[in-house]
Amino acid sequence: MENMPMEVQHHHTAPTGFIRKYIFSVDHKVIGKQYYFLAIFSVFVGMVLSWLVRIHLVWPNLHIWGLGAFSPVGAPGGVMTDAYYLSLLTVHGTLMVFFVLTTAPQAGFGNYALPIQIGAEDMAFPVLNMLSFWVTFLALCSLVATLFVKDGPPISGWTAYPPLSAVGSSAGPGLGMGQNLWAVSIALFCVGSLLGALNFIVTTVDLRCKGMTLMRMPLTCWAWLITAILSLLSFAVLFAACVLLILDRNAGTSFFLPSGLLVSGQLQNHSGGSPLLWQHLFWFFGHPEVYIAIVPGFGVISHVLSVFSRKPVLGYKLVVGCLLSIGFLSFTVWGHHMFLSGMSPYSGFLFSVPTLIITIPATIISLVWLGTVYGGRLRFTTSMMFALGFVSVFVTGGLGGMFLAQPSLDIFLHGTYFVVGHFHMVMGVAAIFGMFAGTYFWYPKMFGRVLNERLGKIHFWITFVGVYCIFMPMHFIGLEGMPRRYSGFVEDSMQHLMPVHTFMTIAALITGATQFIFFFNLFWSMYKGAKATENPWESTTLEWTVPSPPPFDNFGGKVPVVYHDAYEYGDLKNGKDYVMQTDPVGQPANS
Amino acid sequence: MGKAFAVVLTIITTITVAIFVSRHWWFPEVASAHGHAMDHQFVETFVGAAIGFILAQLALAAFAWKYGERKGDTRPVRIFPGGVKWLLVLTLIYVGSEIILLEFVGQKVWAAMYFTPPASDSLQVQVLAGQFAFYFRYPGPDGKFGPIHTDKIDEASANFFGIDPSDAASKDDIVTAELAVPVNKPVELLLNSKDMDHGFYVRELRVQQDMLPGMQIPMHFTPTKIGKYDIACNQLCGLGHYNMRAFLEVMSEEDYQKWIVQQASLQ
Repeated sequence: MENMPMEVQHHHTAPTGFIRKYIFSVDHKVIGKQYYFLAIFSVFVGMVLSWLVRIHLVWPNLHIWGLGAFSPVGAPGGVMTDAYYLSLLTVHGTLMVFFVLTTAPQAGFGNYALPIQIGAEDMAFPVLNMLSFWVTFLALCSLVATLFVKDGPPISGWTAYPPLSAVGSSAGPGLGMGQNLWAVSIALFCVGSLLGALNFIVTTVDLRCKGMTLMRMPLTCWAWLITAILSLLSFAVLFAACVLLILDRNAGTSFFLPSGLLVSGQLQNHSGGSPLLWQHLFWFFGHPEVYIAIVPGFGVISHVLSVFSRKPVLGYKLVVGCLLSIGFLSFTVWGHHMFLSGMSPYSGFLFSVPTLIITIPATIISLVWLGTVYGGRLRFTTSMMFALGFVSVFVTGGLGGMFLAQPSLDIFLHGTYFVVGHFHMVMGVAAIFGMFAGTYFWYPKMFGRVLNERLGKIHFWITFVGVYCIFMPMHFIGLEGMPRRYSGFVEDSMQHLMPVHTFMTIAALITGATQFIFFFNLFWSMYKGAKATENPWESTTLEWTVPSPPPFDNFGGKVPVVYHDAYEYGDLKNGKDYVMQTDPVGQPANS
Repeated sequence: MGKAFAVVLTIITTITVAIFVSRHWWFPEVASAHGHAMDHQFVETFVGAAIGFILAQLALAAFAWKYGERKGDTRPVRIFPGGVKWLLVLTLIYVGSEIILLEFVGQKVWAAMYFTPPASDSLQVQVLAGQFAFYFRYPGPDGKFGPIHTDKIDEASANFFGIDPSDAASKDDIVTAELAVPVNKPVELLLNSKDMDHGFYVRELRVQQDMLPGMQIPMHFTPTKIGKYDIACNQLCGLGHYNMRAFLEVMSEEDYQKWIVQQASLQ
């Protein structure tokens, strides 16, 4: 391909009107913030829902003020019904997995920081970027709308297994309009993510500034690039699955429905489909999705640990290799969600092998983090604390995977709280810790002010201990075989575990309440926080060479040139222990 | 701050390991022939995971304790001894051997349950799940099940299994609401669903299998301990999912014979 002058291609001037500047903006920095606040809204709602779910489990008759008015059907008199428990569970899962873990780490921070870190003025396709946010916003509206339809959100869980999700309202509450809105929401979300993924890939490949070779990119950029590739390949499949689900529900097709279904005494007019097909399509997306949620976290944590350890990342190339192999392997393991689904037991065995093999790159990355911290001069900023916390919870959650990856053990552990504890730890908590680390790290650049460190530390300590108190006991009760997705426990054999549930609920309430400190800090510091300098963390990458916050075109008309690797920390020279990537002293530019 | 982190992390690690090792919360006692091998496999995995867990968390704690920056700190940073090469080699050896051990040696339980056919003298029982109940069908003296006709299912006339009364093989079938099996005799279950995905989960027997409409999924095991166990649905199937359960009773051979005769007389 010919070399095209990029400056000409992507030049655009700053808008002045409020709408073009803040609403339908094509500026990647504004879109990044929009995604970030979409995730903040979603995580807030998702957290409140998790409180309700936890409360219903241990105090099923508790009257919750205002809930009766919000949902007269789901919580008559403010007391949640068993169906409402499942409805809220579905919305909690969907919000958290899609609208929090898939938006903020990738589309939020990625949009904001990627172009600046590689020395570009904007994303490759700014209008597409705007579209991808607004389509995602519509998707969120469609999901939130399920909370307001008459019989509430679907009760089929975030995985929406058919026939429950496909046969319509006769199967249970929320499976009429609620399930339709859910399917539309996810289909729209797929479209938004596909557009975003395309943009990320092209931007990273095409718009790097002079000297920014692939191997000089910060690891965050590598992580966003690999995540974008995973998104592109997996969301396309989920989109198809959602379209088929919508057709099954509304157009009389039978992709996921076999013949002879008898639901609520009614014989269904379907034949020839298979519920297993949905599971395959869903998990073909669903497993890469786990890495879509966590790989940006890998990038941020590698980055933050290096900055605050004042040391280069131990084995940059190794990390890149691990990220690439995790990305590739993530497409070969989806069947480990389906060991007991009724698919061939031979394939169950086959899927288990790559699942265990994927622990190799994951272990190497964890060791690289430990090796990066080793022998450093650690600066315990809040961002660093969350990065260290990330390493801890990721290791803990990841080791749970060693058990679940084995079909033999899955026979007992499948569908128990062990699984819930495992995936919350490794993908929920770890990814959220990555987001916190990223927030405390980039906030000065994004808003021109620094988050309050004292509040940040309080936030960290309670959250860190809190998540262990919530999710570690889930592993224990999983060993006793307590099934997940039960709105109550009628079995006598499970009654002695209820005190553990009470403990976890109280821990969840306290840990959740602590997040209000974060929310307060987030908004208070925007106006009252200490002013941020250009480079408050003494970091080397390009975003720290521009003012905080950066001008509209990022580099104020200048074109950056890169001379150094991303992580040159440690050696003291002229009172500085770091070398900016743009520092011309040293080796010549190499493009 | 680093020292505080080290202390807190060490406490968390200690408590976690202590609770696991104390076995305060642990599997219910095994009641099937293959269950012991499975528990053994769990303990083996647990030892491997615990070593990794303790080493990683304590290393993190130690580094946070030791390497905090002091005021005017000019000490040079230290690179991990041996660089990445050793990390790579150690990981490959540790995780690699773990994988070989777990995967190729340890999956005998899975193979025994799913790759080998059930014993020829197995007691066959058909299971039909529907929102929100399980029903069981014994083949009767002829040893044959008639087909399931979901369109003939009629709870009012107690035709829970969709049996066609004119079908010869169905005539002597025995339909029950409880699953009873004789102890120490191999059992093969044929799992069916009439509406949703359901799950068949008996903790003490260490068996679990999803039940899908449109498929009959076989599963076999040998119960070894007399007792009454919960059968729990473990695949979200709708509103009453949490309440969907039945009992599996493992009886002595005589008790079972009495029970099946009694059930036959109730048909």
